[in-house]
Amino acid sequence: MSMPSLPLFLSQLFNGLATGLLLSLISAGLTIIYGTLGVLNLAHGALFMVGAYAGFMALQWTGSFVLAIVGGMIGALLVGLLMERVIVRYYYQRPPEDQILVTFGIGIVITELVRLIFGGIAKPVPVPSWGEGITRLGFLFYPNYRIQMMIFVAVALLLLYLLLYKTRIGMIVRAGIEDSLMVNMLGINVYRIFLLVFGIGAMTAGFAGIVNAPILAVTPDMGEPFLVMSFVVVVIGGVGSFPGAIIGGIIAGEIISMTSMFSSAYSHVTLFAIMAVLLAVRPQGLFGIEGRE
Amino acid sequence: MSEDNDQKKPKSGIVRRDFLKAGAGVAGGLLLSGGLGFSRLAQAAKSYPAIGNYPAGIQGSSVFMGIAVPRTGPYSAQGEDEIKGYQLAIDHINKGTSLAKAYAPGMNKGMLGKTIEFGIADNQTKPNVAVQAISKFISDKKAMMVTGSVSSAVAIAAGKLCDRERTIYLPAITGSNATTGKDCQRYSFRACHYAYTASKALAPVIKDAIGSGKKVAYLTPDYTYGHSVYNSMKEFTEAQGWTTVNNQLPPLGTSDFSTYLLNIANSGADVLVNICFGRDAVISTKQAKQFGLLDKMTLVMPYMAPFFADEVGADLLQGVYGTTEFWWTLAEKNDMAKAFVDDFEKRNGRKPGWSAHIAFLQTMLWARAVQDADTFHPPTVVGQYEKGNTIQTDIGDVHWRAGDHQLVRPVYIIRGKKPSDMRNKEDYYDIVEGVPGEKVMPPLSKFGCKLGPVS
Repeated sequence: MSMPSLPLFLSQLFNGLATGLLLSLISAGLTIIYGTLGVLNLAHGALFMVGAYAGFMALQWTGSFVLAIVGGMIGALLVGLLMERVIVRYYYQRPPEDQILVTFGIGIVITELVRLIFGGIAKPVPVPSWGEGITRLGFLFYPNYRIQMMIFVAVALLLLYLLLYKTRIGMIVRAGIEDSLMVNMLGINVYRIFLLVFGIGAMTAGFAGIVNAPILAVTPDMGEPFLVMSFVVVVIGGVGSFPGAIIGGIIAGEIISMTSMFSSAYSHVTLFAIMAVLLAVRPQGLFGIEGRE
Repeated sequence: MSEDNDQKKPKSGIVRRDFLKAGAGVAGGLLLSGGLGFSRLAQAAKSYPAIGNYPAGIQGSSVFMGIAVPRTGPYSAQGEDEIKGYQLAIDHINKGTSLAKAYAPGMNKGMLGKTIEFGIADNQTKPNVAVQAISKFISDKKAMMVTGSVSSAVAIAAGKLCDRERTIYLPAITGSNATTGKDCQRYSFRACHYAYTASKALAPVIKDAIGSGKKVAYLTPDYTYGHSVYNSMKEFTEAQGWTTVNNQLPPLGTSDFSTYLLNIANSGADVLVNICFGRDAVISTKQAKQFGLLDKMTLVMPYMAPFFADEVGADLLQGVYGTTEFWWTLAEKNDMAKAFVDDFEKRNGRKPGWSAHIAFLQTMLWARAVQDADTFHPPTVVGQYEKGNTIQTDIGDVHWRAGDHQLVRPVYIIRGKKPSDMRNKEDYYDIVEGVPGEKVMPPLSKFGCKLGPVS
């Protein structure tokens, strides 16, 4: 094992931030739903995939990648709302194991339906023409599209932040996270807010799915690894915490990038090991509040 | 599992004794009226001791073949293609077509008069899932043969289980040296090329094409298959004066290869050997292109996955070297290959990948072994395989090596065509060379195969 060169170190530092931001966004959707509704949504990876496929279809129809992004968000939003109205809302009062099982089941059904319709072979979503090419960032070459993706993701995170922290709806959502019973007693229809939150979480996953589509293979089970990773991020950052999801995502991205310079085989192992240590030392995560469910 | 078997064996023993007694008496007449009775009586006349699913699995008019392939995960496209290859082979065997007879001369409809029935399970590219599915095939369905794999980790786990159960297991795709090396099994037979034979065949060709004294970086999936191909490619390229400068080990099923690719970009390599397979190969190669690696480095795919070309596109493949088990243009030189490719295309509307071909070939080679052995009795069938007779196939004459159960067979070197030279949309490769199996087989001692007892 040799020490990495400075250009390599800086490259990986930058790449850790880029991959981390994406993890932050996916995890934010997961953590908002959990924080507000108390439901651990194991169909989150499937919603990510739905975003990619809906975007793929929009791209086929319109030929525009911007419209594909809109299509991906709407697709995931619709599936998310349907999920909440038809099934998930009947599970708010049920034990967490039931919620986990039902959302896991929904995830499988969505994935298999997509496989039935589209087949198992990857669908092509090419990098948009304005994203082709490579930028030389002094110390590293980085694909243009990945840089643009960082900007998309950062903007999406900023919008989510503004929505949660600067609007009345956001205030209600955050109040709901703290004590949904009290919010209900204040005369606010918590269930309508719940639907809204579920929709936002699903749309976030769908957005992440379609902006990621050009660099991944669009297949029915593409969401699975991201579901796993977003759990790690949420555990590190603190379950139900929005800032925790962002910081946790960046930390996870950096851990993978940094350790890969020394030993690529151990980069994911290291991430899980650090998560385990953190769980032992600080079970509520970096930004979690002790005792909150 | 073993408890299950202890209970099963005496029971099937009684069945067999009853069967033998009946063979001479009244039931013999009943069997004859079934139409297939003659060969059944012929079987009953040869008495073999009960072992595995024998004779429980051959009591009816059909035998069961268990197919466990990945239908989800990074290797699912190859798994689905394998299913199509199995179905084609089974259909030909059950109908006793001229193609089936070309593989197993003397065959009529079905195998020894029995039709093949099959079941399909999704092994999810996970050894534990595969083992569960195969256990069910063996205990519930009394499978006489189990087959299917895309991952070597799955093939090795399945091979171990079937060896314990004394049931023939035929892996489809498995590129690890270990499959017929340290993890070889008495009841398992591999027909495809693999890490060592692929690397030995490919190394001199890429030296001629790319030049001498090259620096090589590897992208290696972090499990037995990847490690095997890495070790073999390293061995043969270093022997011809190339140096190894970097090896990245992403896990199977990686979706973002950026960290690994950045390490390779900074390694000073001028050749990128991508060992990834299935969807991982597609994603990693696309991302390597996006990171500008393919402008600086020559790409080599030592174990080219089926459908790689369809998914990355011809532009990216131009001039890329790799090895394959089969490529459909072999139909232009071999009548058996033509019959296979034409019929596959008629049924499925596209050319077969090598995943379909290896599934087809393994099934036909099994039919041949059973036909020649004239029984399904597993140890006798294993013995038939081990005779190592020359068998005519659509990849030329092949034979099994008794010492490690590897098929001695050619390795095909392919090179991506210029898009303007493609005659049709699936005409992605030129076959540069078909390297004969004898020239690339490792010495038997090389990978430590020790076959277990047959009963």
